[in-house]
Amino acid sequence: MLTLAQSLLPGVVEQALPIGLPGRPMLLALDGVATVFLLILFTLGTAAAVTACATPPQATARALPCFIGAMSLALLAADGFTLLLGFEAMSLASFVLVLTHPSEDTARAAKLYLGVALLAGACLVGAMALLGALPGGLDLRFAAIRAHPPEGLRAAAILALVLVGGGAKAGLVPLHVWLPPAHAAAPGHVSALMSGAMTKVALYVMLRLLLDLCGPAQPLWWGVPLIVAGAASAVLGGVRANLEPDLKSTLACSTIEHVGFIAIGLGLALCARAADLSSLAALALGGALLHAMAHGGFKGLLFLVAGAVQHETGTKLFSGLGGLIHRMPVTTAAALVGAASLAALPLTAGFAGEWTLFQAALGAPRIGGLWFQTLICVVVALMALAAGLAAAASVRLIGIAFLGRPRMPRTAAAYEVGRFARAGMIGLAAVILVLGLVPGAFLSLAAPALRALASADAPVRDFGLTVAPQAASPGYAAPAIALLLAVIAAAAFWLIRRHTAQGHRTGPAWDGGFGAAPVWLPFGDPLTQSSAASFAQPLRRILATTLLGVQEDVDMPREADPRPARITVTQYDPAERLLFAPVGRAREWLSDRADRLQFLTIRRSLMVMVTVLILFLAAIALAEQL
Amino acid sequence: MTALLALLAVLLHVALMLVAAPILAGLLRRAQARLMGRIGPPVFQPVRDLVRLARKQPVLAENATWLFRVAPLAHFTAVAAAAALVPSFTLGMTTAPLSDLLVVAGLFALARCVLALAAMDIGTAFGGLGASREMTFGSFAEPAMLLVVLTLALLAGTTNLDAIATLLREGSVGLRVSLGLALVAILAVAIAENARVPVDNPATHLELTMVHEAMTLEYSGRHLALLESAAWLKLLVWLTLIGTVFAPFAIGAADAPLGWLSGIAAWAAIVLLLAGALALFESSIAKMRVFRVPEFLGIAVLLGLLAAIFLFVSQGFI
Repeated sequence: MLTLAQSLLPGVVEQALPIGLPGRPMLLALDGVATVFLLILFTLGTAAAVTACATPPQATARALPCFIGAMSLALLAADGFTLLLGFEAMSLASFVLVLTHPSEDTARAAKLYLGVALLAGACLVGAMALLGALPGGLDLRFAAIRAHPPEGLRAAAILALVLVGGGAKAGLVPLHVWLPPAHAAAPGHVSALMSGAMTKVALYVMLRLLLDLCGPAQPLWWGVPLIVAGAASAVLGGVRANLEPDLKSTLACSTIEHVGFIAIGLGLALCARAADLSSLAALALGGALLHAMAHGGFKGLLFLVAGAVQHETGTKLFSGLGGLIHRMPVTTAAALVGAASLAALPLTAGFAGEWTLFQAALGAPRIGGLWFQTLICVVVALMALAAGLAAAASVRLIGIAFLGRPRMPRTAAAYEVGRFARAGMIGLAAVILVLGLVPGAFLSLAAPALRALASADAPVRDFGLTVAPQAASPGYAAPAIALLLAVIAAAAFWLIRRHTAQGHRTGPAWDGGFGAAPVWLPFGDPLTQSSAASFAQPLRRILATTLLGVQEDVDMPREADPRPARITVTQYDPAERLLFAPVGRAREWLSDRADRLQFLTIRRSLMVMVTVLILFLAAIALAEQL
Repeated sequence: MTALLALLAVLLHVALMLVAAPILAGLLRRAQARLMGRIGPPVFQPVRDLVRLARKQPVLAENATWLFRVAPLAHFTAVAAAAALVPSFTLGMTTAPLSDLLVVAGLFALARCVLALAAMDIGTAFGGLGASREMTFGSFAEPAMLLVVLTLALLAGTTNLDAIATLLREGSVGLRVSLGLALVAILAVAIAENARVPVDNPATHLELTMVHEAMTLEYSGRHLALLESAAWLKLLVWLTLIGTVFAPFAIGAADAPLGWLSGIAAWAAIVLLLAGALALFESSIAKMRVFRVPEFLGIAVLLGLLAAIFLFVSQGFI
């Protein structure tokens, strides 16, 4: 596979397009880093396009190809202008796609999304301008920027701008608030692309700008903001994924978590490279790229599943689903494959990525002094907590939506989705099953990227069958563990066949001695099984009371009042309350002030104009002096 | 020859684990009964229970699916694979290159998730309750476990269990405060993972207080036999894991069959010692409220954190 990748990529070739800014043609190039991300994009794009065949053609037919094309342009860009053009076109196309089914909720989600996308774009334009401000004037070609990497204060400003710009688009805490509503509002196959590929493009931009264009000679603390934001995203996303009331926003919150994991990998790679530990940097970066591939695959798959469920049952709320395993067997099998990966269970794609990232984190104390080591300890604990929360969230997702008894008549009468939607799901499921079984082969695909950015080989051994953090260590050999599990399962199965009573009888569920359901409830009383809210109750009380300000109000009827008791749960995302709400208020205040400018007398408006002109000239004069 | 011996060691190790697990459960019950002033069931009662369950045909709920029927086998397979990876009486087995601590932790997570899903398959109230609590405890046990792994990985430079045990057996690491703190942390994790008092009560008959048992309420016959033996095996694997890492003094090498005998004796002694301590601990403490468990595991996390930081400070670890 490695040789195949090398034969396809004889070297980085730059291709100039006949269009672009005056005198500066747009440049395209395909290097190792872009290859990995294009692989994710095209795999997902194919699955999404196949699934889109089943939906009404007018719904997404125009914007979807634009969306995929814009992402490809951003990934293939070899100069700043092309990169920004692709990035902005991607934001615009996905904004249109979010609005596919217009309603009040989607409109609000799309508005918030557009605002954050504008912020991200503005920051990235600033970062690009700072990067391109070379001694010989503004030059946005990547090759020119690489020759003169930024230093000192300018580099720090670029780091801050890229963190805000890329982080907002990728969904890193604290700029993640837009992500759950926007991803939940779009149709299933669009959400699959947004969650699986678009967040990866944002991570790619951070990777390209910070690890590649800013050069290797950056200080050690550079990776720390990424690690901290990544760890916060992982935990906050994990907690929220356990509390959301519907299928799609659960998946979107888990995207925040996994983006956090990948950001931790990027941060560790930055720190390790600053400390001249190239093999550790390759391990961290390899883990980040492997997890990006894995997450692209399984999150895309799960969003396709969510789209199928919504299409067939008419709802994405957990309170209406349940028991789909009886009616939609193929969709349920695909959901199980995706959820196992989301929970990072061994032999799945998600486990391979997280295993490599954990190995990088466990090796990271070599990088710095005591403060850095303590930080790494805390980050390891938070990553483990996030992994546990992801497992809980995926059990909740499968258990509530696909197992148990249906909670609405329409769910009980759902049908399996059509063949196009099935083909999309089965194809993606096959890809991530293979990725889980031979992660080393996929890690070898990232080898050119690792050699270019970390100047070390991919942490792979035995023809890609083993992922090994160091040359001497045993590592993670997924095929051998699969063999072990198969042998044990076969032996146990044979023993059971030989030595136990065969066959089974069926009867009503024991259910702790509950009586059978009355005749007017043919599926039993759906309310006597766990709901999504009750499944999340322990975690909600333990973690979310402080983290999300959860309040539970129980409305208990008085004696002899036959109305049922109701519980109302309110929660706030901390970023929403501490960051977005004040910014919103400030915007209101500012627009209020600006509004008054419209109603000035001629005398006053002339005065305002002259004052602005004088200030502008003074600023130019000051700049000339400096 | 050496490869053959290593393979033989694996087979013997797995066979010993499978045989010893129900007997250990019987011994534990007997010891606890004695501590409470009862005579208690015979030591071989768990084995008899298994035989009884194997003879009975399982009764499935009407809406049980294939997942409900496959889950016991998958659960048992995951636990048994973890058992094959954790060395007991000898090092250098054929499975040694695979025995990664993160993989072992992952296999336990796999077993936990499969059982939680099976518990939710029929749609009963207690199944969902048990699954929810089990997954909650699991997410709090994970950080403590990973911090212990971090401490061990810092000492040994790898997360491979066999390599860690080899290094600690040679004694070059010496006695360390960090290892002591990590031991306490991993004991707390083991108690939570195995659903023992004070996190859960394995002997309870009241559904509301159940965690692990609530998930297996609907199972009977050979399915229940598999789940019960998996639970016993899991306890033995955890005790063996703790013994191998923190007391690897008498473990032999795979190419010295004579050393196996002393290794088996030492393994039995360590496991019996830990089981005795567990019986004493369980008899002297009451089960705690569900919402107190995170505090219990939070202390384990703090100890794990202290263990790692102590290592940095004491070693000037760079």
